Amino acid sequence: MTSPVLSPEPEAPQRGSVGAGAFDATSLVSSLPEALRKLDPRRMWRTPVMFVVLVGAVLTTVIAIVEPSVFAWAITAWLWLTVVFANLAEAVAEGRGRAQAASLRATRRDTVARRLLPGGGEETVAATELRVGDRVVCEAGDVIPGDGDVVEGVASVDESAITGESAPVIRESGGDRSAVTGGTKVLSDRVVVEITAAPGSTFIDRMITLVEGANRQKTPNELALNILLASLTIVFLLVVLTLQPLAVYSGAEQSIVVLVALLVCLIPTTIGALLSAIGIAGMDRLVQRNVLAMSGRAVEAAGDVATLLLDKTGTITLGNRQATELLPAPGVGMAELADAAQLSSLADETPEGRSIVVLCKERYELRARDEGELLHATWVPFTAQTRMSGVDLDGRAVRKGAAGAVIAHVRALGGRVPDDVTATVDAIAGSGGTPLVVSVDDRVLGVVHLKDVVKAGMRERFDELRRMGIRTVMITGDNPMTARAIAEEAGVDDFLAEATPEDKLALIRKEQEGGRLVAMTGDGTNDAPALAQADVGVAMNTGTSAAKEAGNMVDLDSNPTKLIDVVEIGKQLLITRGALTTFSIANDIAKYFAIIPAMFAVAYPGLDALNVMRLSSPESAILSAVVFNALVIIALIPLALRGVRYRPSSASDLLRRNLWIYGLGGILVPFVGIKLIDVLVSMIPGLG
Amino acid sequence: MSPALAAALQVAALVVALAAAWRPLGDYLARTLTSERHTRVERALYRAGGIDAGADQRWPVYLRSVLAFSLVSMVVLYAILRLQAYLPYSLGREGMPSLQALNTAVSFVTNTNWQSYSGEQALGYTAQAAGLAVQNFLSSAVGIAVAVALVRGFTRTRTDRIGSFWVDLTRIVLRVLLPLAAVAAVVLLLGGVVQNLAGDTTITTLGGGTQTLPGGPVASQEAIKELGTNGGGFYNANSAHPFENPTGFTNLVEIFLILLIPFSLTRTFGRLVGDVRQGVAILGVMSGLFAVMTAITVWAEIQHAGPALQLAGAAMEGKEVRFGVPISAVFASATTGTSTGAVDSMHSSFTAYGGGAVIVNMLFGEVAPGGVGSGLYGMLIAAIVAVFVAGLMVGRTPEYLGKKIQAREMKLVSLYILTTPALVLLGLGAAMATETGRSSILNPGAHGLSEVLYAFASASNNNGSAFAGLSANTDFYNVALAVAMALGRFLPICFVLALAGSLAAQSVTPATAGTLPTHRPLFAGLVAGVVVIVAALTFVPALALGPLAEGLS
Repeated sequence: MTSPVLSPEPEAPQRGSVGAGAFDATSLVSSLPEALRKLDPRRMWRTPVMFVVLVGAVLTTVIAIVEPSVFAWAITAWLWLTVVFANLAEAVAEGRGRAQAASLRATRRDTVARRLLPGGGEETVAATELRVGDRVVCEAGDVIPGDGDVVEGVASVDESAITGESAPVIRESGGDRSAVTGGTKVLSDRVVVEITAAPGSTFIDRMITLVEGANRQKTPNELALNILLASLTIVFLLVVLTLQPLAVYSGAEQSIVVLVALLVCLIPTTIGALLSAIGIAGMDRLVQRNVLAMSGRAVEAAGDVATLLLDKTGTITLGNRQATELLPAPGVGMAELADAAQLSSLADETPEGRSIVVLCKERYELRARDEGELLHATWVPFTAQTRMSGVDLDGRAVRKGAAGAVIAHVRALGGRVPDDVTATVDAIAGSGGTPLVVSVDDRVLGVVHLKDVVKAGMRERFDELRRMGIRTVMITGDNPMTARAIAEEAGVDDFLAEATPEDKLALIRKEQEGGRLVAMTGDGTNDAPALAQADVGVAMNTGTSAAKEAGNMVDLDSNPTKLIDVVEIGKQLLITRGALTTFSIANDIAKYFAIIPAMFAVAYPGLDALNVMRLSSPESAILSAVVFNALVIIALIPLALRGVRYRPSSASDLLRRNLWIYGLGGILVPFVGIKLIDVLVSMIPGLG
Repeated sequence: MSPALAAALQVAALVVALAAAWRPLGDYLARTLTSERHTRVERALYRAGGIDAGADQRWPVYLRSVLAFSLVSMVVLYAILRLQAYLPYSLGREGMPSLQALNTAVSFVTNTNWQSYSGEQALGYTAQAAGLAVQNFLSSAVGIAVAVALVRGFTRTRTDRIGSFWVDLTRIVLRVLLPLAAVAAVVLLLGGVVQNLAGDTTITTLGGGTQTLPGGPVASQEAIKELGTNGGGFYNANSAHPFENPTGFTNLVEIFLILLIPFSLTRTFGRLVGDVRQGVAILGVMSGLFAVMTAITVWAEIQHAGPALQLAGAAMEGKEVRFGVPISAVFASATTGTSTGAVDSMHSSFTAYGGGAVIVNMLFGEVAPGGVGSGLYGMLIAAIVAVFVAGLMVGRTPEYLGKKIQAREMKLVSLYILTTPALVLLGLGAAMATETGRSSILNPGAHGLSEVLYAFASASNNNGSAFAGLSANTDFYNVALAVAMALGRFLPICFVLALAGSLAAQSVTPATAGTLPTHRPLFAGLVAGVVVIVAALTFVPALALGPLAEGLS
């Protein structure tokens, strides 16, 4: 395991809930042409619920032409609008991805490659002619023509076309930083790249396909939901088809327009219209977080994850050891120790060294000093041989470094190391930390406690995950003692210490055998088997192409903490579908109260008691139900794109909350909505 | 004691008796169905039938066994009915006409017990006891076997075996139904139900006229008729007949027998899945719905709306004085809430809302508490739908008892849910669209529509009770209702067993805080909501033109 080369946000932004994607009302207008194109019956067939509405609309159109009436035309118009609104929802969702795809496609255009010939020399070919195994040369200013591995040289590469991150990254042959992506730009030096992906199946190509949602496959839960919706549609088709004989027997024969209106109101059009938009928007939310899911199935699986494997370094801890405490030797004042610790670290540019300066300033209120202030100082930089750094100033030799090295240094000068100091050193080492010893000449002043610092807010995050029913396991190469100390501090449920790739794979298999879904992140080639085995494997974009191939998601920001966001987006996707399904079905109750009395109060005046909304006429009642049915689709597009609000909490709480909002709301809202529409509709001449 | 107090005490006694029996009977059923041991009689039967009692079946084999067994049962019963004139104790009755015999054979094998004949006029004792009563045992055992197979789908993991139909059938009949029915028959006998082979006795009444009193082995058949939620009366008047149900005591015993197994099976379910709370939740849904529907029926009958009934002082038309209004309404709710179909009063004479409530009981799909076995599997299907919608709303792939509900499961569940509404609606539509169908209606207007709706609701849901007021012994109704009964019974069984196979093949997902708990009141309420909403959305138009139109005018 290597830690990510780039961690643009070491402190991952804390999000209480999954954020919203912006929804712009003007996108409704701009998506209209696409929505109309989608009226093609061959495309409509893919959503059976809306296909039924389309057939109904065609049928009422014919009737309205043959026997024109205000009512028939009004119903016909709104049935067509219902279909268009449904297509609009999908078009808007797709439109957001298409914009992204367009900018990606621009990077791919007209790239030329300098292919190396087997016999020496090179030729210039179009990037589209490259084959797997070809070697190409890229120099400063060149766009890398295709996905591949650096086999020769080292270069800094601008990957902003993919990641949006402008800071360049280093790519070099061998090791875990050899993968380069087509469409990115070499900024300095020269590398030879061996092409690993054929044109058309490169990373960018896959990204374009993904964000466009062109050949989006229905996910397992979406399929199951579609089956339920189709069967509801069949039930209501039967209800309406068998209603006419009953109506005739009862002396209240119905017109076909009314029967079609009833059918459209009853079948679950709301969820049927929004279902594919919800799916596309879910993928889109991931893309906005710079995560690319190779399949919708993986996003759904993320919602089901029961075990989260997190690497310690870079995910749970900041990745660098930091000074947390100064412990003076007997008879030494804190101020003296702090002063010496700071002085000895000024020249130390390692993160550890800088953290000591920061600690001295923040905790011990020691003014930060500049190297330049100290004119007569002779700086002693840290080297791997001496394992200490420091400064010679005013005849004093101030040193700080690994406990063993400094102690040896002091003893060599004839100094004595107090027993208390050695005890402190052992205690720190025992707790999983790293002790540094500070000395001036032959005197030991005290100990600096360095430790792996857990990122702020991680404990709360893990508590949150626990409430969601997700167990976190920390993976680390540390020894079990160190691992335990950090695991306890971070609040993870379990840890795997001294982990080898084989251990990781075995752990994933064990969890899966128990029926638990596992998510993990990884970047190295040796992570690839585990990434492939995990149900959700998020590869870091900085990682090797092997890792990226093995995982089913790629995080372009290479921020392992984002796994938690991915889980939340997966859950939000399912919740949105469930909530809108509930809402859609609950709506039917009010529609029955509007339509049944309108249809049959003529035959049985007593049934007018069911007209609890006191709608003004049978025609206006039926039309109002149809209009409401169409408008609710438009009203819910923003929700479908954004997803319902999700706060991590237990399943019971989530169900209670969503049942209240979308179940009870679904029952009540249409009563109000249909009544209001009826007030307006009844003003139309010929309907009131 | 006032009639209201008497009725309240009877209901209280019923609840206490059912509560007392719930645990021991449920546990006994669970033990019986999981036991490794075979009795000597069973081993002899398996040897005779060439059955390997140790071999569990894959779901298609289990299904084939159910279907083959039922088909053979139908053929045998059809033959008995057609050829009864040549059998002993035929009392001189002729063979049944072919379409009526077909209707009756299908009816009893599907646990429906729709009767388009009059028992005391059409059948001899051999046909009753060796034909119908035997099917009362077998058809109810089939229902329980299928329910248990579905439960095994939840309890077993990564297997394609869901149990042996032959072992389940044999055990349910021999260890559960026969002993219980024997005890119940003795109790009914002591309560005054007749049991003899005396044939018809002609007597001279005090008024000087003559009257024919039928006899027969009634108590033995009455016991399994109620216990197995069959409902086919020995006599035409069913449990309203004084020889089948002579007193308030026997009436209460019969209601108890009707509800005994359907409710107790929830305990069995809880025991089998290793979490009694899951069974209690299902019990809660069943008893909640049943209590509400019973309350509505009783309320409607006591209110006795309508001028004629107000003048009469009580809705006594079609009800027996010895049972009274409230308990007749409870019986009606029990017999329609289970798929029994026995009646101690004429449902057609119920008030509009009371009659509507018993129709709704059937339109729920016979799940609260439903027929023996079929009630449990029907309710588990509703629970799966609830789990699916609720599971999505908590952000996980829906799972019930650790088994994931995905496309394949939803396909089977959807097909199950489609079947009975489709049969009821198509049957009703066809009857109302054709002159043949309409000509059997004896009452005009909304009540006439209720009669046909009742007939198809009863047949498709395998209830078997009739609303009366419909001449059902016509070729159209004999055939249409036979088709409704057969498809209404066996199509759902196909889907349930396929579902069992699909669930058994899965591994178990362990429960976490993110798993939807399915034993809490919130979930039970949701399941009840699914049952009510599915029925309401499907049948509101028909109910509006039938009972509602009648009640609101």
